[in-house]
Amino acid sequence: MEAAGVTPPLLELVGVSRRFGGLSVIDDLDLRVEPGEIVGIIGPNGAGKTTLFNVIGGVLPPSGGKLLFAGNDITHITVWNRCRMGIGRTYQIPKPFSKMSVFENVLAAAVHGGGLSVKSAGEQAEEVLRQTGLLGRATLNAERLSLLDLKRLELAKALAQKPRLLLLDEIAGGLTGGECDVLLDIVRNVHAHDTTVIWIEHVIQALRKIATRMAVLYGGNLIADGAPDMVLANDRVRSVYLGEVT
Amino acid sequence: MRSSSLQTNIVRSLRILLLLGIVALTFGPLYLDLGHLRFFTEVFSLLVLAMMWNLVAGYADIVTVGQHAFVGIGGYAFYAFAAKADLNVTEAMIAAGLLSLLIGIPITAVVFRMRAAYLAIGTWVVAEVCTLLASKIPGFGGASGITLPSTVIRAVGANVEARFSHLYWMALALAVVCFIATALLLRSRLGVGLMAMRDNEEAAGSVGVNIVVCRIVCFLWTALFLGLAGALLTLQNLRIQPQASFSLIDYTVYVIFAVVIGGIGSIEGSIIGVAVYIGLRSAFSDYGNLYLIFLGAVSIAIMLAEPRGIWGLVRRYLPEDVIPVSHRYRPKTEATPAE
Ligand SMILES: Nc1ncnc2c1ncn2[C@@H]1O[C@H](COP(=O)(O)OP(=O)(O)OP(=O)(O)O)[C@@H](O)[C@H]1O
Ligand SMILES: [Mg+2]
Repeated sequence: MEAAGVTPPLLELVGVSRRFGGLSVIDDLDLRVEPGEIVGIIGPNGAGKTTLFNVIGGVLPPSGGKLLFAGNDITHITVWNRCRMGIGRTYQIPKPFSKMSVFENVLAAAVHGGGLSVKSAGEQAEEVLRQTGLLGRATLNAERLSLLDLKRLELAKALAQKPRLLLLDEIAGGLTGGECDVLLDIVRNVHAHDTTVIWIEHVIQALRKIATRMAVLYGGNLIADGAPDMVLANDRVRSVYLGEVT
Repeated sequence: MRSSSLQTNIVRSLRILLLLGIVALTFGPLYLDLGHLRFFTEVFSLLVLAMMWNLVAGYADIVTVGQHAFVGIGGYAFYAFAAKADLNVTEAMIAAGLLSLLIGIPITAVVFRMRAAYLAIGTWVVAEVCTLLASKIPGFGGASGITLPSTVIRAVGANVEARFSHLYWMALALAVVCFIATALLLRSRLGVGLMAMRDNEEAAGSVGVNIVVCRIVCFLWTALFLGLAGALLTLQNLRIQPQASFSLIDYTVYVIFAVVIGGIGSIEGSIIGVAVYIGLRSAFSDYGNLYLIFLGAVSIAIMLAEPRGIWGLVRRYLPEDVIPVSHRYRPKTEATPAE
């Protein structure tokens, strides 16, 4: 359908809405993400950021509109097939496989999302655990991890799928400056290996260091979208977001 | 926390105990009297039922209260193949298992449209319909059922001793095959996904686990083994009868109690659960149906203390499972993990 030589956006949302009963959380939202971008998404609490990820990941069907991934309509594709197509995500509130070891948590992602055999998935899991600093906890049951480590595990599971599009939902909260720099290095590294990133974060200073583009979600739609410095300098953004939450 | 060598040794001992137990049971007919042979034959069938309910409910989150449907289908199919089609006993059993699997396919289509409470009711309704249909098939004895022809009974063994011994070995073989096959299933690619589903279904989907395929495989897996168990139970009871062959209480309700007490979401739990259930039943046999109430109370108490039952409690103090279905981390590189 598209002209030869023109790559479609990696992700495209066209008029996407999501309501919960009478509550309209996302309202006719358009978004295009090109391959290679790192898009930072900010917005006040309850703005619908996580809901947006749930719609992109396929956990929640949209109430209206459609989604395209690399030019393919994925609106009616299941969660696991979106994952296998290359959409990896973390959960803001971690959802570990609590009775499985940390290693097996990541193994499951590498086997199913990454489509690897159990053996090569094991190697991939080891590599990702080392990368995310969890290797020392590999044999522990996930239920025994601290919240910080659970967030690392969320990242490790998403990375083990070798996603083309990585959705990060508030994984920097609670990190020290040094830990945050480590995280930024990890994201830079996967980005260098052809992964496009959308990152929701309240820690704006961290996001600002890495995002190639920033978008602000407010009132069900994006009220600003563009270069990070421009977006953060925008008057409307300052009043609705920076003014509210500091 | 590093696990002490004591804990590791306990796990090792339990494994050896399990193996020795199976070996000792293999020679059961050499030292057990008829009453105990019959008793263990029943226990082996119950083990199969428990492992299967645990697989669908504990891993695939299909909380069925209709698994007696497949037990009954297996029984009736066995009668058809052995008494009507004149297959030998082994062939008839296998054919009964396969037919049960086959009938499971359209049932998945009905059942998988529902979730949670609707699913429970749906599976139960399907089982009731099967019971009713069984009583309407011409030539199968209607509502009062029919006894297996003596040729089939004699084919199992010429006299009572031989028959009980052979039935015992068949039931043991079925339980061991079911146990090993299910453990291997859990160790496979699909099994990794099943364990993830058990712990968090939404997150399992998000890491690429195909929930629908996992559910269907588990459901049909149980249809096969429940059908085989049904055939075996028919051979043991020597007859088919709708209410008895499709017994909600014996093949589903008690089994649920046993699995819940022993621990849902693990094979160990099913084994412990059957042992505890049998123990309670023997201890309370004088009290009639009072033990049903007691059984319910015990399972509720255990659920409140530890949702994963007795095995969940024990497992807290052990470094790993006794039945090694999980994938252990074995470092590939020489670098020791830093703390
Ligand atoms: N499954 C759901 N059912 C009903 N309402 C929901 C559901 N999920 C989210 N909401 C509502 O949608 C709104 C947006 O929630 P969401 O979690 O997407 O916000 P958020 O931008 O991620 O907030 P935060 O910064 O606190 O994480 C909230 O009012 C929330 O209560
Ligand atoms: Mg959120």
